[in-house]
Amino acid sequence: MSVTEIGTEARRGWMGLLARAPAARLAGVFDPLGAAPGFEWLRAPETGGVMVRGRTGGTGAPFNMGEMTVTRCALRLETGEVGHAYVQGRDKAHAERAALVDALMQGPRAAELREAVLAPLAEAEAEARRKRAARAAATKVDFFTMVRGEG
Amino acid sequence: MRDDVLSGGFTDTPVEAARAFRAALEAMARPGSIHRVEGARAPAPVSEAAAVLLLMLCDRETPLYLAPGHDVAPVRDWVAFHIGAPLVGASEAMFALGGWQALAPLDAYRIGTPDYPDRAVTLIAELGNLAPEGARLSGPGIRETARLSLPEVAAFQRNHRLFPLGWDAFFTCGDRLAALPRTSVVEAG
Repeated sequence: MSVTEIGTEARRGWMGLLARAPAARLAGVFDPLGAAPGFEWLRAPETGGVMVRGRTGGTGAPFNMGEMTVTRCALRLETGEVGHAYVQGRDKAHAERAALVDALMQGPRAAELREAVLAPLAEAEAEARRKRAARAAATKVDFFTMVRGEG
Repeated sequence: MRDDVLSGGFTDTPVEAARAFRAALEAMARPGSIHRVEGARAPAPVSEAAAVLLLMLCDRETPLYLAPGHDVAPVRDWVAFHIGAPLVGASEAMFALGGWQALAPLDAYRIGTPDYPDRAVTLIAELGNLAPEGARLSGPGIRETARLSLPEVAAFQRNHRLFPLGWDAFFTCGDRLAALPRTSVVEAG
């Protein structure tokens, strides 16, 4: 299966999910799958900084929000698939696992990986978002203007 | 083709880059001396020594010019993945890679300014043959004279007359490299 058949959107989705997932949680779901397949490094894990940019309201002028630490790597499996990963923080093992999952998702084990790794991670992420939203909702204040005594 | 593009970087970057830098430094400090380097592989027609020099010297902040012959899609992709250097025209480049004939015309490159003579191009010229014979070199870093199989003599004499401005050059052939800074005096052998 080539990258173009998978679609850039789908790949962007799982690469983002792997990048945001906590390292320990990814290790928790990936390591039980058994021995990692053989691979060679195309780019050994390296840590650096990237500038995160934002736009006010999503449409305003871009501004530099701040720097964040990322670790990136690229590898090729024995079967030929190439996996890339950019993850938060400086955990090289996290980047390696994320790149392995990215490579495996392009091969015959995609369905197994989707079920065993991506689904639990997506669920955990959604759960964390829900919790956070609920905490925020508890502090919500509704402002309204009282009718002023004019007229 | 994809294989060529993604592979070929240093496997142990800090160590290999430091060794390569030492070799390049020695070559530049002692014009005419020939050094062996290893550890990088780029798509044809880039030689191993030239690939090592690019990986070690270039990054996102060093505009690179690929001369005709080296300006092919696999090389561009390899540079993009491993180095990230912006590819530019000859007049804006800090580094230029190509065969000696392909790098001409040499007056298109930056030679620095009187205030900043370091803002000049470093040429990486791929030669078919690199041996300690031919043109006679003298000047800083050379005890009496050295010899190096330069592709021509006139261009280096013109460049030396520009001093303190002018470009510097690396020569690569397979896994070997030599260098000729603008300070060297070149005479036909």
